[in-house]
Amino acid sequence: MSTPTKEAAEPASKIDMKESGGGGEVPSFEITLQVRRYDPEFSDEARWDEWKLTMYGTDRVLDALHKVKWNIDGSLTFRRSCAHGVCGSDAMRINGRNRLACKVLLKDLDTSKPIMVEPIKGLPVEKDLIVDMEPFFQSYREIMPFMVNNSPAPTAERLQSPEDRERFDDTTKCILCAACTSSCPVFWTDGQYFGPAAIVNAHRFIFDSRDDAGDMRLEVLNDKEGVWRCRTTFNCTDACPRGIEVTKAIQEVKRAVLSRSM
Amino acid sequence: MTQTKGTLYKGREGMWSWVGHRITGVGIFFFLLVHVLDTSLVRVSPEAYDAVIGAYKNPIMIMGEIGLVGAIVFHAFNGLRIILVDFWSKGTRYHKQMLWAVMGLWVIVMIGFTARHVMLFLDGWGGF
Repeated sequence: MSTPTKEAAEPASKIDMKESGGGGEVPSFEITLQVRRYDPEFSDEARWDEWKLTMYGTDRVLDALHKVKWNIDGSLTFRRSCAHGVCGSDAMRINGRNRLACKVLLKDLDTSKPIMVEPIKGLPVEKDLIVDMEPFFQSYREIMPFMVNNSPAPTAERLQSPEDRERFDDTTKCILCAACTSSCPVFWTDGQYFGPAAIVNAHRFIFDSRDDAGDMRLEVLNDKEGVWRCRTTFNCTDACPRGIEVTKAIQEVKRAVLSRSM
Repeated sequence: MTQTKGTLYKGREGMWSWVGHRITGVGIFFFLLVHVLDTSLVRVSPEAYDAVIGAYKNPIMIMGEIGLVGAIVFHAFNGLRIILVDFWSKGTRYHKQMLWAVMGLWVIVMIGFTARHVMLFLDGWGGF
């Protein structure tokens, strides 16, 4: 079911640009976009749809999806909010790897082949690229992703040395996009596994000198479905759009569980 | 439509080393079952044991033995790599380099073992 379209060239600018020198025409190129589609109202089977699009050097995969949704097929369904790599809504599998659609430039992909976009794995697909994130957030809630401090609240901030802050800096970057958790082969086959994102967010508090609930979090993650499920495939580290060393964080939590019980 | 199914996840070195570790591990487990059976035959009678072990001395079993040793050597070296990833604080940063070291050691060991094993076979297992 392909809908090839030929875009008309943009109309010539009405402003006389002769004086300014100009940067010339923005070069365009053709891409083939294939999207894994699923709509339970029509079929239980997922299928591939294909579009041929004219895109520009500054366009990202998200722009190609927008072009399809806004100009060709309004039924294409995907999540996105900020579209600038901060909100973590548009994690999807692009050419077989988990990425944020808003952070992948089309020119960086091999445009001689179709660009293949699929929903992230391991979570139930609801429609097209939208998955049910509830199991993911369930695990996130279980590790208590909030500061617990039993001492009386000071009148100002709770101070911390730069070294203590640095200890968990890497894991503060998480945007909960689920790219790591849904890249994990253990999570695909064992949906009970907490998954990398929950462990990363536990790490953020376990190693925070101001937090008092580290032991409780380590207890939660010392479960059969906790940190010990990690098989160090490093898919999570490769998938993280924020560059968090996810496997490193998981290993640090593993070692913290061990040193605590000794 | 070029294909009807979803694509395979394109994991990198870490994922494929894990796949290899799992496959070699399961393979070694099944070999151990057979190995316990054939070794226990020595309790039945030494002649029965010799007859079974003698049956291994054919080219197909030689290939199988090379495959078995290949699986064990990979599983052993990669197991050490995983221990380093687990317990060495910089292990996660150097896991790819360590995998290349595992593969390098594997090639060296397998060249030596295969050469000796095939030569012994061609010599008719003199002394064995």
